[in-house]
Amino acid sequence: MASANATSPAGPSRFWDRLNISTKRLIWAWAFLALPILFYAGIRFYPTFQAFWLSLTNWDLLRPAQFIGLANYQKMFADPIFWKVFQNTFLYLIIGTPISLLISFVIAYYLDRVKVMHGFIRALYFLPYLTTAAAMGWVWRWFYQPVPIGVINSFLSTLGIAQQPFLRSVDQALISILIPAIWAGLGFQIIIFMAGLRAIPSTFYEAARIDGLGEWAILRKITIPLLKPTTVFLVVFSSIGFLRIFDQVYNMTTNDPGGPLNATKPLVLMIYQTAFSSYQMGYAAAQTVVLFTILLIVSLLQLYVLREKK
Amino acid sequence: MTAITETRELAANRRDIRPGRIIAWTLLLIGGLIMITPLLFMFSTSLKTSGQVYDLRLIPAAPTFENYIKVLGDGRFMRWFLNSTFIALTVTLSNVFFDSLVGYTLAKFEFRGRYFIFLAILSTLMIPTEMLVIPWYLMSSQLGWIDSYWGIMFPGMMTAFGTFLMKQFFEGVPNDFLEAARVDGLNEFTIWWKIAMPMVVPAISALAIFTFLGNWTAFFWPLIVTTSKELYTLPVGISSFSAESSIQWELIMTGAAIGTIPTLLVFLALQRFIVRGVMLAGLKG
Repeated sequence: MASANATSPAGPSRFWDRLNISTKRLIWAWAFLALPILFYAGIRFYPTFQAFWLSLTNWDLLRPAQFIGLANYQKMFADPIFWKVFQNTFLYLIIGTPISLLISFVIAYYLDRVKVMHGFIRALYFLPYLTTAAAMGWVWRWFYQPVPIGVINSFLSTLGIAQQPFLRSVDQALISILIPAIWAGLGFQIIIFMAGLRAIPSTFYEAARIDGLGEWAILRKITIPLLKPTTVFLVVFSSIGFLRIFDQVYNMTTNDPGGPLNATKPLVLMIYQTAFSSYQMGYAAAQTVVLFTILLIVSLLQLYVLREKK
Repeated sequence: MTAITETRELAANRRDIRPGRIIAWTLLLIGGLIMITPLLFMFSTSLKTSGQVYDLRLIPAAPTFENYIKVLGDGRFMRWFLNSTFIALTVTLSNVFFDSLVGYTLAKFEFRGRYFIFLAILSTLMIPTEMLVIPWYLMSSQLGWIDSYWGIMFPGMMTAFGTFLMKQFFEGVPNDFLEAARVDGLNEFTIWWKIAMPMVVPAISALAIFTFLGNWTAFFWPLIVTTSKELYTLPVGISSFSAESSIQWELIMTGAAIGTIPTLLVFLALQRFIVRGVMLAGLKG
């Protein structure tokens, strides 16, 4: 009895003791990584390949997926709505990124020097970043209503300016949706710019001042060049954000998602509708591959720009 | 040397009282107030009756909590609030645990394949969520995960961003501490949990803030994977509630306010902490 009890627990422990230290550490390392490897393989890599595969099929949830080659891509590139959506997606990016970066840099540049009520003013700019886009979409939607409901139009009418249709107009709707998206992201960009500004050693500024450089020259010759890594990071981060815009558009145009006349529809909303309203899963997968390709190009451009500097 | 210091101080003083400074400060304050105008109007309207909605004064003539009683009355918002809190907390804990563990292993263990695994995990940053939702949806419907908490949570249980962030910080932990613990006979798990983790608390809090905020405001995947209202998260609930309420703006603003108040309270309590966390994650990530 006693001897049987003694050997069985000693078995594995003696085996463990016999291993040398580096083998033990190897076993620990793979034990730590086991579950994460399963996770990344099953929930990141496998679905990625599956998305590529599904984009070559006609899967519609009802019948099993059948291989149809590049038919989905042909259909997509022949679809005028896709090109409209493609254009919208890039409009969000091309208008949103420069404007939001310019505003946040100017604010960060001045806010960095403010000492009186610094925390309070910073909080004012940062608060919108903590809001939920789905909720804020509705707040802004209300802002854009015609008089007597809408805040902006009421303000315009007290100034004697003509009412604007905003979300109802094919020309203004996209910008009207972009404004809350820029608004919500500014706080993050300002904080990151301020962190970047603080990382510049003050000796650079001191040396420049002794050399008699003015504020503008210091900004151009020292601050902006040394801030380049921060700027590149923010350009890529916000570009990806605008290319993936969805929450604001979905919530601000619920009665005609992406409308009026697809004037505001971004790629992600088209994917959502193709997959979860019309259940054309294969076709939607092909659209996600296009999104993936665009985002990949943006990320590679970042790597290229950063490498050039070194 | 002293002469230079003196001139610099003089120059600094001169700069500080320049009228340009005061103008810049005033403009910054005005800009900041404009930034929170949508929030102010949201709160203000949530305190008005439907008859007062057209009165656009910021301070309601007769503030009332009627809308809050109405919106919170049927318990839906409470449920969505609890769903969101549970989901965001669980996913955050999972990320803090696993991202740290993987980051630590990749930073502090030497073994063949380490670099490959690091690159493989890092490469998933290039894959947008939108590309994975269709396979995830298929997976969830096959495994019965549609309309469940697990279905909402599983895609985010670990992230490459968090792993990368934690790896960066664990690389700064001196090996001597870990070796000393090894000599004392602690096992590797205990060394990680008891010795290494306490040394990267700032990074852990940055990761926790980002993960919590990201999951608290997440909309796209929860919208896809939930079908019954009991399982909606707060953003999905607000969206569906607002669409139902058509033009009852005072109710819509109340719903939006209920979704906004918790994060604002947390922020006011932890402002310095959160701002530092965002800086840390943004710079290292």
